[in-house]
Amino acid sequence: MTTKLMGTPVQRVEDQRFLRGHGRYVDDVAVDERTLHAAVVRSPHAHARIVDIDVSAVLDLEGVHAVWTYDDLAGLATPMAEPLPLLIPHPALTHGRTQYALARAEVNYVGEAVAFVVADDRYVAEDAVGLVRVDYEVLPPVVGIDRARAADHLVHDDVPGNVGARMEQKTGDVEAALAAAPHRLQLDLTVERSACMPMEGRGTVARWDPDTHRLQVWSSTQTSTGVRAAVAVKLGLDLGQVDVITPDVGGGFGVKINHPWPEELLVPLAARTLGRTVKFTEDRREHFISSAHERGQVQHIEVGFDDEGRLLALDVEFWHDHGAYTPYGLIVPIITSTQLLGPYKPQVYRVRFESLYTNTVIVTPYRGAGRPQGCYAMERTMDAIADFLDRDRAEVRAANFIQPDEFPFDQGLVFQDGRELEYDSGDYPASLEKLKALVGWDDFPAYQAEMAAAGRRVGIGLACYVEGTGVGPYEGAHVHIETSGKVKVATGLTTQGQGHATVFAQLVADELGVRMEDVEVVTGDTRRMPYAVGTFASRAAVMSGSAIHLAAKRAKEKALRIAAEALEVDERDLEIVDGVVSVKGSPGTSIDLGTVSVLSNPLRYAFDEASKAATQFSVGDPGRPPVAEGDEPGLEGKDFYSPERATFASGMHAVIVETDPLTAEIRILKYAVVHDCGHLINPMIVEGQIHGGVAQGVGGALYERMAYDESGQLLNASFMDFLMPYVTEIPDGIDIDHLETPSPLNPLGIKGAGEAGVIPSAAVFAAAIEDAERVALPDLTITAMPISPSELHALRQRHPQPRPHRQERS
Amino acid sequence: MKPAPFDYHRPGSLAEALAILAGEPGAKVLAGGQSLVPLLSMRLAAPAALVDINGLPDLDAVTVTDDGVRVGALARHADVLASTAAAERQPLLGMALAHVAHATIRNRGTTVGSLVHADAASELPVVLRLLGGSVDVASVGGTRTIAADDLYLGPLESSVAPDEIATSAWFPALEPGAGVAFDEVARRHGDYALCGVAAVVRVEGDRVVSARAGFVSVADLPTVVDVTDALTTVDAAALADLGDVVLPHLDPADDVHATADYRAQLVRVLTARVVGTAYDRARERGTAR
Repeated sequence: MTTKLMGTPVQRVEDQRFLRGHGRYVDDVAVDERTLHAAVVRSPHAHARIVDIDVSAVLDLEGVHAVWTYDDLAGLATPMAEPLPLLIPHPALTHGRTQYALARAEVNYVGEAVAFVVADDRYVAEDAVGLVRVDYEVLPPVVGIDRARAADHLVHDDVPGNVGARMEQKTGDVEAALAAAPHRLQLDLTVERSACMPMEGRGTVARWDPDTHRLQVWSSTQTSTGVRAAVAVKLGLDLGQVDVITPDVGGGFGVKINHPWPEELLVPLAARTLGRTVKFTEDRREHFISSAHERGQVQHIEVGFDDEGRLLALDVEFWHDHGAYTPYGLIVPIITSTQLLGPYKPQVYRVRFESLYTNTVIVTPYRGAGRPQGCYAMERTMDAIADFLDRDRAEVRAANFIQPDEFPFDQGLVFQDGRELEYDSGDYPASLEKLKALVGWDDFPAYQAEMAAAGRRVGIGLACYVEGTGVGPYEGAHVHIETSGKVKVATGLTTQGQGHATVFAQLVADELGVRMEDVEVVTGDTRRMPYAVGTFASRAAVMSGSAIHLAAKRAKEKALRIAAEALEVDERDLEIVDGVVSVKGSPGTSIDLGTVSVLSNPLRYAFDEASKAATQFSVGDPGRPPVAEGDEPGLEGKDFYSPERATFASGMHAVIVETDPLTAEIRILKYAVVHDCGHLINPMIVEGQIHGGVAQGVGGALYERMAYDESGQLLNASFMDFLMPYVTEIPDGIDIDHLETPSPLNPLGIKGAGEAGVIPSAAVFAAAIEDAERVALPDLTITAMPISPSELHALRQRHPQPRPHRQERS
Repeated sequence: MKPAPFDYHRPGSLAEALAILAGEPGAKVLAGGQSLVPLLSMRLAAPAALVDINGLPDLDAVTVTDDGVRVGALARHADVLASTAAAERQPLLGMALAHVAHATIRNRGTTVGSLVHADAASELPVVLRLLGGSVDVASVGGTRTIAADDLYLGPLESSVAPDEIATSAWFPALEPGAGVAFDEVARRHGDYALCGVAAVVRVEGDRVVSARAGFVSVADLPTVVDVTDALTTVDAAALADLGDVVLPHLDPADDVHATADYRAQLVRVLTARVVGTAYDRARERGTAR
């Protein structure tokens, strides 16, 4: 019997390649002297009118093949003169705006593409960029949520108040519920911007074949099918003329789901126009100022609760900074507004938000995608309630949990995919018990007192989240058993290092009964699977995993049917082990899957010994058509998975920190995670996802920010000043415990795991640092994240500062 | 992030290198390249030519004598850090170098290059000043020795002339009766310090004969302050007060990583800690003898 691979820590098949430098990324494609290289003239101003662009100096530069501004675009491909697509329209997004591939008349952030140069190499292209003269009339910039709300100046003249969208959802009369609550609190919170910062930035290579009139595009993207559709539309090509291939991708974390980037269209356009392969590889500075950021929000919370800390009314209002344009719609603030609820069930909830324009880089999903902000709002509220009631923070949370027997639980809201926010399964009380045991919650007060006696400040924090994963609409898969017995699997969504080639092969090996090393997985190649959505929202395992499982099942059904005919036995008596179909209990009566594949495809021509067996004088009943009605040649299975709604993973994090009484440095002593993503396909890969997420969370909570000055210049646009944590800043060990509450929505009972590790970070660190500081400064309250030692020092200087404004019931 | 065009020279002898420099006024010397190459790539510097001195013979030695440590222009930080003899002769050198960036950068970057890059956020310039060291430079006109106190003119500005190459640096040995210490606070491991403090304290018995502290990242220039007079008695209170003694000589500034106020706090904390440690070590050496 083959050992089942689902649930086992199978080594990643990708790692030999990646760790030995054999990964093949977009920049590794078309490395030859004929390839041309692109560079972009970018706006140095946050807000300006373009008065004139003079490219004449570039024309004399040897090695330059093209220099384009907005005025050139219409002549090259009519749709290129239109704004870039607004990918996810929403009725509340009344004032959605997108940029042009090259700025037309106005620029709205430092880094916006103004002109495009193609040259022999990137060196010459950058020389040319330096020679393009752009006259700007500088306009007043709008930087930061406060300035956007004040609306003294407008980002877009035709967007009053800088408000792109206003949206409200509610489950009842929150004002009445607040008025009736025994206790009320208000909190005002802020979260700063950060960004995905994959090691590999954006990149696109395109090659036009003049003989076949076809375009081949390689792009470092999280959606090859999306890029394909966008390129076809914008270049005026039929979809069938465009192939998009996503090779190895050096990290995405969300930023590469936005598409098409200006360069993703301009590179194919240049390839077609110039008849040469063209490459654009983004550099780090460009990634900082011309890709996307996330996270920045200001939040106001009013909460009413009883003596046990139960939420009777929760009223949240927040302001979301979406940057200069809205290509990805309202996904991030909608997720904040809905996922804020976490594992809790307030009696009445209302949320209102404004999504605001600022003259800064666009905001699109970054791992967590609005959830870290929502978790921060909710969990800081829980901490404030516990503090107010002088109750244990874990106890107050437990009092508000949805109970295991209440699933499916409808929160009464509409989620980011336009469907009901209905949790499918979970066991939050069990998670909390595991977490308390893992971190030593109940023993902590004694430890804290002991440390305090020695003049040391240690604190503990706790935060819970629920994450809607695996949103639709669908993913598909194709499984092909070749005559060699090898299994080729294709799914359309892309991979950015998660280990898809491993986990998908595990699923196929289990279902088909083949050896895992005989399974090869291809992702993100529109030639192999033209129908797909993309890799985002922790959906790859749920969506493609389920589709692959179903496709493998279909292939297996067909294999058993053909094998049963060949062996003249009942197919119910057959099993497949290590690629051999045999009668259960009688292994002598068997046939290789490869031979079954031969038999599945009636042949006229023989190419080798194996295929002889399938030729017309060898097989088939002369009285029947070689391929029966309703059947197809080949041993393949294809299927799609399209769930009615997302599946809701959950988890809880706790951290113990120590703060230095003198230098305000913050040290992580212990980090504990309890994680529930349903059935685990590969626990090692899930734990890797958690490790990476926690690392990014540490960055977001303690190190990273986008330091814009008042004029809209990003002051820290390099890895020297934008502080991603090194391994030295990450906890030495992360204690992980799993809970497996299966999802009833998919055949494997799985839930997404990609984003979870990062969601509670701002909340859990704010809580722990505050707890540590209160050893000495009982009123110190943290309301702004991330927090640096310098900021903690400043908070101490301002001590005692006001607590969240309290209102006793009058 | 590609440099603007430049001419590239890789001379095989010091004389040849100096002749090229003399003939190319816009040329820059390339040694480890850990500061210069990023500046070129970001086009923040666009020299007409680079004179790569990595092919010059006999410049990579770390020579330890009774009097001190001489570090050649091509000795990498890692070479200096690996020299146990250097650490024995002048422990402050290794203490400071351990805080210079990361191993990969220390494997390429040169100690002399860091000294003449004249960055007040670097550890080594302050160490050179605190120890009263010097840098030897050469040009077609001959050689000269620049005392550390005369080396630093302004931010990223040294008194090494454009046609000169710094060929070595001299770090004097630890004096009898002296103790040294170094500490810094950085946002991340290996980052430029938000504040760094080095100290040399010399004692006779328990009495402080001389106490000097050097400061990283809290002034425009690598700055050394003599605190001997503030340590007529050495106790926790005297050490805690040192911050207020040295701060008038410093100019901590705001940036994206920290406020001036926080840097001043670090000056207070680190000065007390580092001077106290140097004092303890000086006394231990005295006792051991």
